[in-house]
Amino acid sequence: MTPAIRVRGLVKTYPGKPPVEAVRGLDLDVAAGECFALLGPNGAGKTTTLEIVEGLLDPTAGEVEVLGLRWNADAAAIRRRIGISLQETRLSDKLTVRETVTLFRSFYPSGPTPAEAIAAVGLEEKARTYTDKLSGGQRQRLAVATALAGDPELLFLDEPTTGLDPQSRRQLWDVIRSVKGRGRTVVLTTHYMDEAERLCDRVAVVDHGKVIALGTPAELIARVGGEHVIDLDFDPTSTARPAPGEFEKLPTVTSVRSEGDRVTLTAAEPHRALPAVLDLVRAAGAMVAGLTTRTATLEDVFVTLTGRHLRDNEA
Amino acid sequence: MSPLWQLTLARLREFYREPAALFWVYGFPLVLALALGLAFREQPVPAAPVDVQTDPSDPAATEKLREVLAADPGLKVAVHDAATAKQRLRTSKTDLVVIPGPGGSAAEFVYDSTRTEGVLARNAVDRVLVRAANPSFPTPPEATVSEPGSRYIDFLIPGLLGINLLAGGLFGVGFAVGDLRVRKLLKRFAATPMRRSDFLVSLMLSRLVFTLLDVLLLLGFAYLAFDIRVRGSPLALAVLIAAGGAAFAGLGLLIGSRAKTLETVAGLVNALLLPMYVLSGVFFSASRFPEEVQPFIRLLPLTAVNDGLRAVMNDGAGFEAIGYPLLVVAVWGGLSFAIALRIFRWR
Ligand SMILES: Nc1ncnc2c1ncn2[C@@H]1O[C@H](COP(=O)(O)OP(=O)(O)O)[C@@H](O)[C@H]1O
Ligand SMILES: [Mg+2]
Repeated sequence: MTPAIRVRGLVKTYPGKPPVEAVRGLDLDVAAGECFALLGPNGAGKTTTLEIVEGLLDPTAGEVEVLGLRWNADAAAIRRRIGISLQETRLSDKLTVRETVTLFRSFYPSGPTPAEAIAAVGLEEKARTYTDKLSGGQRQRLAVATALAGDPELLFLDEPTTGLDPQSRRQLWDVIRSVKGRGRTVVLTTHYMDEAERLCDRVAVVDHGKVIALGTPAELIARVGGEHVIDLDFDPTSTARPAPGEFEKLPTVTSVRSEGDRVTLTAAEPHRALPAVLDLVRAAGAMVAGLTTRTATLEDVFVTLTGRHLRDNEA
Repeated sequence: MSPLWQLTLARLREFYREPAALFWVYGFPLVLALALGLAFREQPVPAAPVDVQTDPSDPAATEKLREVLAADPGLKVAVHDAATAKQRLRTSKTDLVVIPGPGGSAAEFVYDSTRTEGVLARNAVDRVLVRAANPSFPTPPEATVSEPGSRYIDFLIPGLLGINLLAGGLFGVGFAVGDLRVRKLLKRFAATPMRRSDFLVSLMLSRLVFTLLDVLLLLGFAYLAFDIRVRGSPLALAVLIAAGGAAFAGLGLLIGSRAKTLETVAGLVNALLLPMYVLSGVFFSASRFPEEVQPFIRLLPLTAVNDGLRAVMNDGAGFEAIGYPLLVVAVWGGLSFAIALRIFRWR
């Protein structure tokens, strides 16, 4: 079966002083029918990568195949078979939802009726509303409806839920799941790890223009050395603390990360690691302000791989 | 559901659903025409203000002179002492000060010889005095004429039509394209199988509709408010308006073809619009500019359109008068389109 996307050695350098190396040798394989996420912090090169694959930007170097076709030979054929939602588009304020979808539908030789496309994103009640009267989440769903207008085999969504409230995000996830349920391929970018984890079959973690990890969410989490995470918060006033190296020697502990007053451990078997952790703390005479255990997330994967958080504002 | 029709419809809807835009495009030119038409209404030449300076030593001579001059309806005579009269002359409250001589004659005229009004008042007073002294001098009969199409408003309306076509093309196409690019909608369109030609033709079609409305409104208004008619060939007028409108839309497309911000578009629009506003004979005739710059002014597309519109509307001309204007706008429009299509940026 032809892969939906095949990218080899992709490089994009924006000219300027100094030039910006947005993408630096990136490979990507997306199989038909899967939901694939590019996960990475702001400026990682996700949008640049996506727009090159979408035929909107020319790469500096590298090969791109979409649905087995190449942009320089089959641009028109590819455009008929893909659907796109850009990171930021302001659709015409004074057109209604129905008019907007009808306009985009007219560009494609086949596809759902405008009413069907609107129903697919759950905007039936807003069909006669001007787009400037829609909420952020509704606007984003309208953008997806325009992307669905040609019944695409391959759907690209660039940060579809950024800035949305939890309910709007869940509504959009439902839309994406139903697209995937009809056997379509979905490629999305996000810097929300829970989005990638819940929605997608495979995730490529992107940082500084490269894929630094690739796999199913479970595989990636397993790679940080254990599904379980222990967050240990020391009392800020207590200066006596065990050294990070001492935690590493404890049973089943696979990694230790120290950040301010918090030490984060990953452990394969928390029931064996926890008592040892507490013994160590007690022996060092340290005061503990809090202790929680949780299952590992892609956020932990990213921090373990890069030492940084996905979003700057998260401590 | 043809894409060309849908794109055109979208442009029309976006426009007529913005009431503020509607006023500036359609209402404002009418308000302007009305205001200027009223301000420059045809009026009889007003009587010239003339002061007789009092001669304290001979009040009878002063009064006699006043009487002679006041008999002429073309003069508005007042009597003032020397200081006041001088002050009134300096502030243009009077055009001429006459110092009385013996027996109702004038001893001296005081006026500003660089002011038309001063010279006219001097001539008028002189004529009254000469005629008063020679009552037997024959007076020829007078016949006044009023040529249709020679009022200021007759001159103004074609100029407003021309500048409307230009502003409509520059804003209506240039701004629209710039705005679509800023909103990333051009990029979004470029990601679909939409035919690029459909998009460009839809811009032209929507301009055509707006222009048609604009022209009909302005001409209808001019007819109702000022009884202005098209005296020449309506077909020639329509052809010239269509060609001019298309050329100006091409200029607009060129302006919007690469601009990444609306500020850039605004700057370019003004850079084109303002010089032609002044040079191309919208509010006053372009022939007032020095001879040396006339060849340049005649090459401007708005000058050509305005000259053609005036020839057809006011001078009753037909196709023979619009050959040169058509040539000029064809060159401007053709070049603009060719360059715009070559350098057009979709993102
Ligand atoms: N048009 C451009 N010109 C110059 N630099 C750009 C341009 N677009 C993006 N960049 C830079 O390229 C890098 C990657 O950007 P982007 O692909 O938008 O990242 P992401 O979508 O992951 O946030 C960033 O450093 C960004 O500032
Ligand atoms: Mg981005």
